[in-house]
Amino acid sequence: MRYSGFRVIKEALTGHKGWKPVWRDPQPKAHYDIIVIGGGGHGLATAHYLSKVYGQRNVAVVEKGWIGGGNVGRNTTIVRSNYMLDGNEPFYEFSMKLWEGLEQDLNYNAMMSQRGILNLFHSDAQRDAYTRRGNAMILHGADAELLDADQVRKEHPYLNFDDARFPIKGGLVQRRAGTARHDAVAWGFARSADSHGVDIIQNCEVTGLRIENGKCLGVETSKGFIGANKVGCAVAGNSGRVMGMAGMRLPIESHVLQAFVSEGLKPVLPSVITFGAGHFYVSQSDKGGLVFGGDIDGYNTYAQRGNLPVVEDVCEGGIALMPMIGRARLLRMWGGVMDMSMDGSPIIDRTPVEGLYFNGGWCYGGFKATPASGHCFAHLLAKDEPHPVATAYRLDRFRTGRLIDEKGVGNQPNLH
Amino acid sequence: MTQSNRLSGGQIDRNTTVNFRFDNRSYTAHPGDTLASALLANDVRLIGRSFKYHRPRGLLTAGSEEPNGIVELRTGARKEPNTRATTIEMFDGLEATSQNRWPSLKFDALGVNDLFSNFLSAGFYYKTFMWPAAFWEKVYEPIIRRAAGLGSLSMEDDPDEYDKGFRHCDLLIIGAGPSGLMAALTAGRAGADVILADEDFQFGGRLNSETLSVGDQNASDWAAQAVAELSSIPNVRLMPRTTVIGAFDHGIYGAVERTGDHLPSLPAGKPRQILWRIYTKKALLCAGATERPIAFENNDRPGVMMASALRTYANRFAVTASSRVAIFTNNDDGHRTAADLHAKGVHICAVVDVREDAPVNYDYEVLSGAKVIDTKGRLGLTFVEVALPDGSTRTLDCGALGVSGGWNPNVHLTCHQRGRPVWNEALAAFVPGSNLPVGLTVAGAANGRMSTFGALQSGAEGAAAALDLKGAPPKLPEAEDAPVAQKPFWYVEGCKRAWVDQQNDVTVKDVKLSYQEGFRSVEHLKRYTTLGMATDQGKTSNITGLAIMAEVAGKSIPETGTTIFRPPYTPVPISTFAGRMKGQEFHPTRLTPSHHWAKERGAVFVEAGNWLRAQWFPLPGETHWRESVDREVRQTRASVGVCDCTTLGKIDVQGTDAAEFLNRVYANGFAKLAVGKTRYGLMLREDGMVMDDGTAARMAEDHFVVTTTTANAVSVYRHMEFVRQCLFPDMDVQLISTTDSWAQYAVAGPNSRKLLQKIVDPEFDISNEAFPFMACGNITVCGGLRARLFRISFSGELAFEIAVPARYGDALMRRLMSEGEEFDVVPYGTEALGVMRIEKGHAAGNELNGTTTALNLGMGKMVSKKKDSIGSILSEREALVEPDVLRLVGLKPVSPEDKITPGGHLMNAAGPVDAANDQGYATSAAYSPILNSNIGLALLKDGANRLGEKMRLVSPLTDLTVEVEIVSAHFVDPEGERLRA
Amino acid sequence: MIINHPLLGPRDAAEFTYLGDASMIDRPDWQAEDAAEAFYDYAYLRDNLAGEHRELWYHEAGDRSWLVVTRDTTTHEISKVELARDVARARGRSK
Repeated sequence: MRYSGFRVIKEALTGHKGWKPVWRDPQPKAHYDIIVIGGGGHGLATAHYLSKVYGQRNVAVVEKGWIGGGNVGRNTTIVRSNYMLDGNEPFYEFSMKLWEGLEQDLNYNAMMSQRGILNLFHSDAQRDAYTRRGNAMILHGADAELLDADQVRKEHPYLNFDDARFPIKGGLVQRRAGTARHDAVAWGFARSADSHGVDIIQNCEVTGLRIENGKCLGVETSKGFIGANKVGCAVAGNSGRVMGMAGMRLPIESHVLQAFVSEGLKPVLPSVITFGAGHFYVSQSDKGGLVFGGDIDGYNTYAQRGNLPVVEDVCEGGIALMPMIGRARLLRMWGGVMDMSMDGSPIIDRTPVEGLYFNGGWCYGGFKATPASGHCFAHLLAKDEPHPVATAYRLDRFRTGRLIDEKGVGNQPNLH
Repeated sequence: MTQSNRLSGGQIDRNTTVNFRFDNRSYTAHPGDTLASALLANDVRLIGRSFKYHRPRGLLTAGSEEPNGIVELRTGARKEPNTRATTIEMFDGLEATSQNRWPSLKFDALGVNDLFSNFLSAGFYYKTFMWPAAFWEKVYEPIIRRAAGLGSLSMEDDPDEYDKGFRHCDLLIIGAGPSGLMAALTAGRAGADVILADEDFQFGGRLNSETLSVGDQNASDWAAQAVAELSSIPNVRLMPRTTVIGAFDHGIYGAVERTGDHLPSLPAGKPRQILWRIYTKKALLCAGATERPIAFENNDRPGVMMASALRTYANRFAVTASSRVAIFTNNDDGHRTAADLHAKGVHICAVVDVREDAPVNYDYEVLSGAKVIDTKGRLGLTFVEVALPDGSTRTLDCGALGVSGGWNPNVHLTCHQRGRPVWNEALAAFVPGSNLPVGLTVAGAANGRMSTFGALQSGAEGAAAALDLKGAPPKLPEAEDAPVAQKPFWYVEGCKRAWVDQQNDVTVKDVKLSYQEGFRSVEHLKRYTTLGMATDQGKTSNITGLAIMAEVAGKSIPETGTTIFRPPYTPVPISTFAGRMKGQEFHPTRLTPSHHWAKERGAVFVEAGNWLRAQWFPLPGETHWRESVDREVRQTRASVGVCDCTTLGKIDVQGTDAAEFLNRVYANGFAKLAVGKTRYGLMLREDGMVMDDGTAARMAEDHFVVTTTTANAVSVYRHMEFVRQCLFPDMDVQLISTTDSWAQYAVAGPNSRKLLQKIVDPEFDISNEAFPFMACGNITVCGGLRARLFRISFSGELAFEIAVPARYGDALMRRLMSEGEEFDVVPYGTEALGVMRIEKGHAAGNELNGTTTALNLGMGKMVSKKKDSIGSILSEREALVEPDVLRLVGLKPVSPEDKITPGGHLMNAAGPVDAANDQGYATSAAYSPILNSNIGLALLKDGANRLGEKMRLVSPLTDLTVEVEIVSAHFVDPEGERLRA
Repeated sequence: MIINHPLLGPRDAAEFTYLGDASMIDRPDWQAEDAAEAFYDYAYLRDNLAGEHRELWYHEAGDRSWLVVTRDTTTHEISKVELARDVARARGRSK
């Protein structure tokens, strides 16, 4: 069913009786060419691109709960391609371009809003690092602007310019960055994949990987064994658990990131803003809520909840940066489990097990990567070779030293 | 204006009258009122507008679960949007304004949305606004955004203070209704440390809202007496106006105490709110229950309220919503409201009860087996239409309709650690499950004990069980103990528009559409329709939505799913979480001992982590910072300069294994360093990247003084403790951070020795022969003051660093300045320091960026392969030792006046400028007053073999391209003759 | 969270800094034949257990002890807290 304004009007006039389920609710077949484990953003995007771009029609997505219930359903919705390193920037810029055409591609309005992102800096060293980054972005074909303090003040007069412990010295802006309606991204990919024949199987938990003679033959699930030529794992947050079923240890730890939303407010923030002297980033949703977050709690966990010290830390950052939000109320907090990788960058690669492919390690930047991650993982699954923009995301880079460490904090996942 | 809806009785202070304003009209009220009760008393029913359709909205409830009656409270910088009128304690001069309406509450232009509601069904925006592609952002989204949101912020800084505190107790009791009070009495009398917290300003919970009796007292008197007794028990702390917002790990609860919100203005220095972190051994949740509505056609009009809220307004606040009230119920509790209101003289039009066997009361009419099928009244209810069991309809002319659909236990905190509530068929409600936060138990209505006696009993038992109290249980007063009598009934079928979530305008139809389109899990339902996402967090709507979904799916409610709750229990101002950490107090500010001296000298300061460091010292007449910095550099290199380097991390390393310990921690060797000598130390992370650099001075055989960079002082110390405790636990070595104990100054320049000789006590020979480059020692200065002297140089000049106990730092600096007058001594700041280190080619923060190896920085040979040291193995990985890895080089612009841009990228002299041809990047830059040229440092592919090459330094971000020559990073004195002089 | 420090009693976890899996105590032999592979494994690969997890915490705002905390990563329940130095010795580390 194609969505359009006309369709909405027609349905409104006929009692909305014609709307069909956005995806089917199929029983698993005995065998698929490709099974994607994980019905989150990345898994559903993989299914979309596998079926639409790479012509794979015999594909299933298996999801232990309800689709879109992982980190795509609990994040701060920021989309950007402002990376510094060669291994990352082409990938994220590719993702940005996919975002820019996503609504048309999916026939689903994911409400991509290119309201821009402003990364503030508060010292000369930070400015230098942002200059290097902004230049790298432009050299890779993305957009970037460097603002001085006066220019920032002109665009964001409500920031703390007069009483700041760490005065704002300027900011790096990417105007094409912004936000998207996170749930709709998952639903849009699911709808498209379903319409191209992908079986999306909810409430189907993978309990084991059937591996014989070094080859993966399929997945054991709560709905029985499902065979496959290839199995792709896209369960960031739970990668350790699922890949553990294949006996693999990963350069990944699971950590919780909390996110927050305020009560609905009339528009106050024109763009996404990140604080450079504390852990705080924020945007305002189309519904009016301030959506914000900060640092991970910092300890290994699979529990989708965090603790008070980080809540306080994030709000301290917020009030230090923009004291005018003080009387807005924090409405809800939630925690998502992140694959924190050893260099802060993701992995999209084959594994030592034939027929088993891995996509994970997204740290807390996975949302913006959703389309490109799906596209590149689909490429890998369909063609058995990495997509040109994702060649650096190898599993063996930690052994060879070809690290992609944007923050430069090394092999300690909770610092990335 | 008179309070026309005021009844007799109640728990308000009628002797005092206060004034308040709503939408610029003045009204009167009494202390003890909430804004909600005061508005009702003054017959103000229209209070706000809904989110999506801008439908007129009045009060639904009398508590913190209120979805509709939300206003902007106070004015100016203290304006507080989305504030529930039901929780605003009345004070004199209170000012509130309606929100989300334009131009006025009565006439709201966006009310037009309501006419198009059929087109704005759940999820409609996902299906449209896509054509043409550019229109979403330019046209559609801006319109949606402008319409979105509820209240507005003032855009001014929050002027109030907030505080944080910590409390500890044996038992935290959350909620001071009958179960909470009884639990507190039980625990308090037994001597336990008890905290009793309640969000309300008056303890008693529903006891204050009822005409029931407890023992031989009426309920609210019993509550008052219990509170009086609790106040007299020293081990019981009562915390009214305190909402326990979350159950966190290991028995830690977050609580927000509103210490100032009920005051017209805050006393000076007093906080508006306090965030408490309460450490508990046990906690007992006595949070009561929330009445749930029934959905029916046009059930959102001002005047349609919860039946229990009508009772609260009448009994506690002595207010009726209207002189003519009808009730719509599926249970006996709704009848209680009718009886109470009737007793207060309010006309009860009828009680509409969906049950065929509804109890009959002869004081007013009961319509059994009937249901409300529509309401009328544009800005407030005027009548309701009732369908009778015989198929006929009847209208009831009333100004208020009390709705009772049963009660939902307030299980919220039991879910905060992802515990799931379970369905209780008898109550037709979710009750706490078994997977509760450790240490938390539940009593009273929150646990499904809905009667007053049940609450008292389970409160007493809950406290006794939590504290493992022995002995006879307390004697409980007699109280009402009626069983729950209800027929589950969620919505009236056949409605065109029946509201489930009143704030977000989610209707029964939306829930059904959600199912129709496949959004069938509870989470999909919430996300697709926005059910429960409003400021009331779905307290009155979630379960109803779930029940409707279950019915559509033909499943039971527990089969359909559960919904869990997240913190905070009610919304909390962001300021409250921040407390006092704002403005200048966001982070502590560290000052060096000679900070005040520097300030007197007019220094400009810069943040270095939490430290403030002097950046340069402008002289009168200097108009640009470069003038000051150039002067400081020239004067230092020409004669002598002094720089405060106290902020460097300092670590004392002592023990017989101290040298071997440093041998492991540093990549280069330390075992053979002689006593009285200092060595540069390069520290790697285990992954082979440079972590930090500094010096280690061997003061004695078993004593080293180690310095770190300012930025890494904390992390290096932590790392060294890790190595000591976790890797080499049997080494005889002890560490202590002495960063704050010593004030340290670099004295640099050809006259540095002469200057120091004036203050170093004569028995210490610091001549070049006796105290050569890299020497160190304990000395005394100024006639016996102990000091440490190191002959090390960051500037490349003959230089020393001298350390004295911190309290002498200020005096030493002043002395150096006065003694140095004859040498024209100059104090220099971090900028001049930076210029000189770039001139000398020393790597610093911009080069030690966590991704550089020793090889990158030109120190590859320092990594000893003959010993075990952290990071040496992984620094050998293939990609880190490839021939063309980045190497540290110097940059010199072909035209000396061209600036080097740190962060600029290096491109070959000819060829394309793009990422594929990227050769490296500039890390640091300065103007060298010695070379009369801009200079810079860079990391360049295969840089060591490209000296002399001309390249382009491009910075498209700042629109600059500069032709540069690749040179050695050692611009000044490459042979190091000066520092050995 | 609250960590029951073996020397100091219960302390708020906010006083501590987290490092990660206690396997970081088991630093490989630098002279071993397979040292490169062993150090790669040591520095980068993690069991990342869902369940009982032994991990290193540092009492940064306290007595500067490194502790090995045994904590369930699904419930956050802490079952054991030891001085890392004792654990290191028990695992055969010395000088």
